[in-house]
Amino acid sequence: MLGLFLQLVVSAWPAIRAFGAGFLFSSTWDPVRDVYGAAPMIYGTVVSSVLALLLAVPLAVGVAIFLTEFAPGWMRGPIGALVELLAAIPSVVYGLWGIFVLLPALREFVVPPLQATLGWLPLFSGTFRGNSMLAAGIILAVMIVPYISAVAREVLLAVPKHQREAALALGATRWEMVWTAVLPYGRAGITGAIVLGLGRALGETMAVTMVVGNRHALSLSLLEPGYSMAAAIANEFTEATTAMHIAALFEIGLVLFVMTVLVNAVARLLVWRVTGGTPAGSRG
Amino acid sequence: MIDRRTRRHLVSRVMTGTTVVAAVAAVLPLFLILAYLVLKGFSSINWAFFVETPAAPGSTGGGVSNAIVGSAMVVGVGTLIGVPLGVGAGVYLAEYGGTGRMAQMVRFVADVLNGTPSIVVGVFVWTWMVKPMGHFSALAGSVALAVLMIPMVTRTTEEMLRLVPGSLREAALALGYSRWRASLGIVVRTALPGVVTGALIAVARIAGETAPLLFTTLGNLNFKTDLLQPMQTLSLQVFVYATGPFPEWHRLAWGVALVLVVLVLLTNIAARYATRSGRATGR
Repeated sequence: MLGLFLQLVVSAWPAIRAFGAGFLFSSTWDPVRDVYGAAPMIYGTVVSSVLALLLAVPLAVGVAIFLTEFAPGWMRGPIGALVELLAAIPSVVYGLWGIFVLLPALREFVVPPLQATLGWLPLFSGTFRGNSMLAAGIILAVMIVPYISAVAREVLLAVPKHQREAALALGATRWEMVWTAVLPYGRAGITGAIVLGLGRALGETMAVTMVVGNRHALSLSLLEPGYSMAAAIANEFTEATTAMHIAALFEIGLVLFVMTVLVNAVARLLVWRVTGGTPAGSRG
Repeated sequence: MIDRRTRRHLVSRVMTGTTVVAAVAAVLPLFLILAYLVLKGFSSINWAFFVETPAAPGSTGGGVSNAIVGSAMVVGVGTLIGVPLGVGAGVYLAEYGGTGRMAQMVRFVADVLNGTPSIVVGVFVWTWMVKPMGHFSALAGSVALAVLMIPMVTRTTEEMLRLVPGSLREAALALGYSRWRASLGIVVRTALPGVVTGALIAVARIAGETAPLLFTTLGNLNFKTDLLQPMQTLSLQVFVYATGPFPEWHRLAWGVALVLVVLVLLTNIAARYATRSGRATGR
């Protein structure tokens, strides 16, 4: 891992030296003049991932609660397996589905009413052509729900039975039991599951590349095309001609790597604290 | 004003209902994606699809035999590299590492590497293999896939070996087996179904990977079996066809995606089956 880090630093060194910290904040990306700044990609990665979390977390935690607390026994296995199969579908297939099913659906049914009611917000301004941060966020949400719910489920299963029994004995309804006894107990682990999902979303490449629009520009609107770090590497790496262009892409890779390692380390520690060292969620 | 008791039970019911809705909403995309794959993909699959190479861009017909063979080779070689290393590391963690500092480090690194974006692994392998060799190659793609696979296999192997009762280990040692023979001959053999499951799930996962192959394996429209040359894989083909400008390509993209998903899901289901049938004899 250290080797990976050093390798990236060495390969990115020309860009690091040439642009310094400005690389992270500049939004110029001009291969012709060899000037590079990664702000739009960093912004795009963070915004699409956060959007995905906002959509995915309630859903995923809901599924985990349903599967551990409410579902009748015969349903738990099959639904759990189905959700896990969702995690097995290759990301390029999600991208394909995004291009030909999700984008038209958004264009037809979702965005017009959204703009009619909330168009005055800068978040929903601009013209919508399909490829957008919104689409990337939705696809990412679909992709990370299985990860988050699988880990959250394992965390909830690790909550001792007497916690639940105690709450019920005090006269709690089933939901009050979940809310006051089960969720607080597993809070650190569920936070870990969410952060783990964030890590997945940050590094996801193919599906995002296919629907995000791949435009080097900072825009507040979710309906306009953006870019992500992983997508930039995927699109430009084989086409980069100058050494500085390659170095700049390496620096993006470095930023992405450092971000995901930090996020994953935090998630891992949080999950371990609850489940006690079993590798929950470390299987694909 | 309804009384407190009724309200509390009402809230409980409503929230239970909400989690049911969440479960339905989470499973729905799976059915939507599968339905579209079958609807749009099935029609483009015929005999030519499997045995011919791609037609010239813009014209109709042609197949993806190059991608099918390419995927098999790239994933196959990746598995040959990744599984032995992953299983080896797993055996070390479960049998020799214990809770020592070194083992904890390996464990943590494996977990973190597991979350490393696959595209970063691709970039890494590029500097490692493509740059020194001077050209893209299928082998570099296999190495990238192996790097992705090792941490997954390591962790599942360790988990499975830990389930083997210590008494088996002790019995083998008491009979005069050396340590490594007890590990490989008794412990690994007992946990074999679980280890195979872990490996199969990892294979299914890397078979669908695209990002790390973009600038290692690169893709190739011709039928190639030379590991040192660029090669096509199913996942790369889906990407190229889906983002390309021709309706004919879009049609084929659904077909290729259908084949890919069927292969991946079958591998996953086979993996689950391997543990289930092994449970009776294994533990």
